[in-house]
Parts: sequence; C-alpha cells; structure tokens
Amino acid sequence: MDKIKKFIENAGRPRIIIALFLFVLYCAAPFVNVRVDTSISDTLVRVGMNGVLVLAMVPMVQSGCGFNFVLPLGIIAGLLGAVTSLQIGITGVAGFLIAAAIAIPIAAVLGWAYGLLLNRVKGDEMMIATYVGFSSVAIMCIAWLLLPYTSPTMIWGYGGSGLRTTISVEGFWLKILSQYLYLQIGQFFYVPLGMFVFFGLMVFLVWAFFRTKLGTAMTAVGSNPEFARASGISVDNMRTISVVISTVLGAIGILVYEQSFGFIQLYMGPFYMAFPAVAAILLGGASVNKATMVNVVVGTFLFQGILTMTPSVINSVMQTDMSEVIRIIVSNGMILYALTRKVVVKR
Amino acid sequence: MANKNKGSLNWKTIVADNAVPIIFIALSAAAIPLSGFSAKYLIQEMFTRIARNSFLVLSLIIPILAGMGLNFGMVLGAMAGQVGLIFATDWAIVGVPGMALAAIIGTPIAIVLGYACGAVLNRAKGREMVTGYILGFFVNGIYQLVVLYCMGNIIPIKNPILVLSRGYGIRNAINLSGIRHVLDNAIPLNIMGVDVPVATYILIALFCVFIVWFRRTKLGQDMRALGQDMAVAEEAGIAVERTRIIAIIISTVLACVGQIIFLQNIGTMNTYNSHDQAGMFAIAAILIGGASVSRATILNVFVGVTLFHLMFVVSPMAGKQLIGQAQLGEYFRVFVSYGIIALALVLHAWRRQREREDARRSLRGE
Repeated sequence: MDKIKKFIENAGRPRIIIALFLFVLYCAAPFVNVRVDTSISDTLVRVGMNGVLVLAMVPMVQSGCGFNFVLPLGIIAGLLGAVTSLQIGITGVAGFLIAAAIAIPIAAVLGWAYGLLLNRVKGDEMMIATYVGFSSVAIMCIAWLLLPYTSPTMIWGYGGSGLRTTISVEGFWLKILSQYLYLQIGQFFYVPLGMFVFFGLMVFLVWAFFRTKLGTAMTAVGSNPEFARASGISVDNMRTISVVISTVLGAIGILVYEQSFGFIQLYMGPFYMAFPAVAAILLGGASVNKATMVNVVVGTFLFQGILTMTPSVINSVMQTDMSEVIRIIVSNGMILYALTRKVVVKR
Repeated sequence: MANKNKGSLNWKTIVADNAVPIIFIALSAAAIPLSGFSAKYLIQEMFTRIARNSFLVLSLIIPILAGMGLNFGMVLGAMAGQVGLIFATDWAIVGVPGMALAAIIGTPIAIVLGYACGAVLNRAKGREMVTGYILGFFVNGIYQLVVLYCMGNIIPIKNPILVLSRGYGIRNAINLSGIRHVLDNAIPLNIMGVDVPVATYILIALFCVFIVWFRRTKLGQDMRALGQDMAVAEEAGIAVERTRIIAIIISTVLACVGQIIFLQNIGTMNTYNSHDQAGMFAIAAILIGGASVSRATILNVFVGVTLFHLMFVVSPMAGKQLIGQAQLGEYFRVFVSYGIIALALVLHAWRRQREREDARRSLRGE
C-alpha cells in the first residue's frame, strides 16, 4: 500500500488520473465500435508528429527560463524554411533538408535575439514569452501577405500575391519521414518508423547534450543560478544558448509536423501551438524548472492519446463532440496545476 | 526608485514615462487623414466606444493597486456576466430590469469565480499574470462545458430560440434585442448630431468615484501597502492572502457588470467568443493609456480606451487606402494589441531588474 502511495506521490495525482482515463478509453473503444489498432496507430502517428515540438520545451525549462511559450518563434522559422523550399521547388528528401537548412539559421538568430531580451527580464519570462510569441505571429501575418513568393502552388489564385492560409506539401516532401521505413501490420495498424527514428535521434541528441559540460552547466543555471554564478558559469550565456536550442528544435519540430500532416499552416496557425506542447510535457511529469526525456515521451503519448481517443470514443458514447472542451480543460488544467504547485519560487 | 523625485518636471521624464501614449497619438495622427473618415463619425464612434468599454477596463485598476499585475483573470467575470445575460434573455425580461437581473444573477457567480481565482493566484505568488491567463483558458473550458452541454437539459432553458437544434446547448449567437441600448438610451441626449449615452456615462462616473473613495478606505490602503511590498505588509499585520482575494473578487464582479454593459451596447452576444476578447482588449487599452503592470490611474483608462479604439476604427481603412488591402490593417491592429502588451511587460520586468541590481550595488556600498 505504501509503495502505491509513494508511486502516486512521485507521479503526481493528475498524471495518474489522466493515464487511467486514457486506459479506460482504450478499454471502452471496442465496445463502441472504435478499432483499438487504428486508434493506437493514430496515437503513434500523432506522437511522432508532435514529439519534437514537445522536446523543444526541455532546454528552456532546464536553464530556468520556464515553459517555452515563445515556441511560435521557432515555428515561424520553420514555416519560412518550408515555404522557401517549396518556392525553390526541390522535391523529396533534398527539399525537406533544404527547408531545415533554411529554417535552422533563422531559428538560431531569432532565438538568440529573444535570449538577449529574456536576460533583461528574469522572473517574468513566461508571460512575456506568450505575448512575444503572439505578436511575432501577428507581424508574420503581415509578412506572409507581402513577401515576394511567386510559386503558383502557394499564392492566392486571384490577385496573384500573398501566400495562402494553408499550403499543401503534396508533391514536395509529403510524409518524407513518415513513409521512410514504414511498418504495416494488417489492414489497420501501421507505425511510421522513420518518424520515430528521427524523433528518437532528436531525443538522444538532447539527452546527450545535457550530459556534456555545457549541458550540465545549463542545468546548474536552472536549478540554482546563484550557485552557478559562484562556480564561474555565465548565467546569461547559458540562458541564451538554451533559448537558441529550444527555438531551433521548434523549427525542426514544425517541419516534422508538416511533412506528416501534409499542410503548411500560415497566418494564425502557429498562434496557440505552444499550449498543447506545454501541456504535454507537464502531463509527462515535468515541473516549471525540471524536465527529462522521459517526461517528453510519456507526456506526448498521454496527451496525444487523449486527443485521439476522446473524439472517437466519447462521441460514440454520448453522441456529441466533447473532445474540444475536454482538450481545453485537460491541457490548461495541467498547466495550471504545474504553476500552482508549491515549489521553491525563485526570486 | 531612481525617478521617485518627480518634483522637477523636465520634458525628458515626461516623454519617457508616457512613451506608449505618445507613440499612439502619433500613429493615430498619421492614420486619421489616411482613413478618410469624417470628424463627426469619429467623435460619435469614440463616444459610443468609451461608454461601451470603460467599465471593463476600469475593473483592472484594483488588482494593479494590490500589486497583482494585470488581471488576466477578468475574463472569469465576463463569463459570469454572460451567464446572467443568458438567463435574463431566457426569462424574457427586457429593458433596464433585464440588465439588472443579469447583473444580479452574474454577481454571485462572479464572486465564487473571483474567490477561486484569488485562491489560485495566492498559490502562485510572483507569477500571477501567467497563472491568471491560463486560469482564464481553463475556466473557459468549464464555461463551454456548462453552456454547450448542460444548458437545456440539466439546467432548464425554456426559450427554444436560445437552444441549439439538437435540444441542448446554447446557440453561438444570442440576439439581445430586449436589452439592446436600453442603458445607452435611458437618458437621450443629442449634441449636434452626436448621440451621447448619458446614463452609461453616469454609471462609469459613479464607478470612478467608487475607485477614488475605495483607495482611501482601510482596505484600499492595505492593498496599496501590498502593492509596495508584500513582505513588509505581512509584517505590518495585513492579512495578505485575504486582501488579495478581495481585490480579485472586486475586479471579477466589476468585469461581470462591465461585460453586461458592453454587450448591452453591442446588442448580440457571441456566446463562445465575446469574453475571450474582453480581457485582451481591456488590458491592451489600459497599457496604451500609459499604465504599467504596477501603476494605473483612472486617466490611463480613458486615454487608453480612446487611443486604442481610435486605432481600432481607423487602421483597417488606413491599411486599405495605403496598400489596398484592408486585411493588412486588420493584422496590424492584431499585432499592435499583442505587441503593446509584450512591450509593457518587458519594460516593467526590465525596470524591476534594474532596480534590483541597483539595490544590490548600493548594498555593496558602490
């Protein structure tokens, strides 16, 4: 009994409740004519799609910058890369790599600039991040209208200028990762192994990074900035580097998302994208200043599981679509829970 | 701390303290001729919009006084007001009594929500704003759960016009024809073709008097002490957590009334969207008026509402005339609303950090 109690204590009550809820959903699925194998493979596809975006939370959390609400900044860089690669018109793996090659430097620059700002506003990072993210999305809305892209697959048919709100990547690099190493068992169950290999590689890289000297220093800054400064670590530098890595991961993350989803969503598309990612990592057990790779993987699976299962199962049971409301309550409830937990508040 | 000595009023400090409103006046001055609107149209718009929005924006002042920053949780109050309006419409009570009924139903809900909000914020001292912001989203989920799934079956709604065709849940848009403009037109006044909603202004004026009076009461002074330094206030024997909860409750109740006044002027209620924008627009407005996260006056509110809504009216037309795309002005407006909040938050955090470093330096005796 004590062991169970300790387990619950360690994992946190909300996480157990959500995990049980998800388990119940999977169990209930066959009784309401929802195929379990399809559901599981849908969940896995979504995990692969969103995993890197969730991973983008880790460096900033570890260096004490709070949740990466400024994820839209990285996403914008990714979108710029994607749109430019479509404009150049190279298809296949090369096109995807070009998109990444364009996106990463942009993300690095944006992240660096944001890092500089963040070092002047220690303590209020999250609120500022949210609004910097929002305003950058808004200014990019203007840019999407005005940037001189000309490829007819991307611009509005009438008027002949301005990018469309959604652009299909079909014929360029649709499912380039998802269909590389493609595992199909039976008619309904498949796993996009290529996407998972990529996600695994990213997770490994970040994991390995936090075991280098630089990564350890970064963690030290996050857990105790005074101590880190006393041991000769430049707190500001570490924070800036963490923001750059987070932003770059965000840019890669959105490219992975797009190649699987099939569409590039411009304009207000990236607006609320940070919130599900934050909720996912919290569901995995991260706190405001500590996040691990296990948190990322478990959290993404739980969160995407809920997202896939609630529409299908709950709809069949109650004959109405409550998934949106459940998503809002679960994701924001998780963030709220993390923000109000009695942790040692740093200055 | 450095610019506490406001005795010497040189123009540099004035500009630095009011940078945001000055930028906005300049922007508007450039955009008004471009938009091609007539002066009479703009004045009419401003009178209507100040009457419509001031109450909501004023509700932000008290939490700022108590040092809790911008109350992003005010959307909770707006939701309570909307629940009140749904019932008032359902029971077909029209005119000023209908509005009063909506307020009477909304107030207890707002008090409960405000208490909950205050209690949550007390658990998240030092990050009230982001917590209040997320709390707004969270309660929005619960609001949708109640309004979209429980009203019409668990909570009885008689009027079939309100209910979705599937038999439960409230429709996306509710026509508030029963209470449309009832407050605005209660005391009609027309000056040279410009309609002035006198009764609404009287209500707003009463509220301003209330704020001025409230600041002088014991509770108001306690809140000011809290806003200065929470630790010192605690030492002085002020019940910190209780006072903070009261500040949020007052703000939530006022936001509830404010939302009812707002919707009475608009005339239709967007059941699932109206409250969302209420918080963002109110906060952007008060910041544009020159308020900061830690200081706000009644003057800030009125300057802010005027400037923000002037831009609101003018920018799509200006964008259309300038580049030929109204959409561009629209996006510019969105950018400004978010950008101004970001800028204000950054400036505030920056100043606070500098003060902290100054304090540390003076401790070392440099």
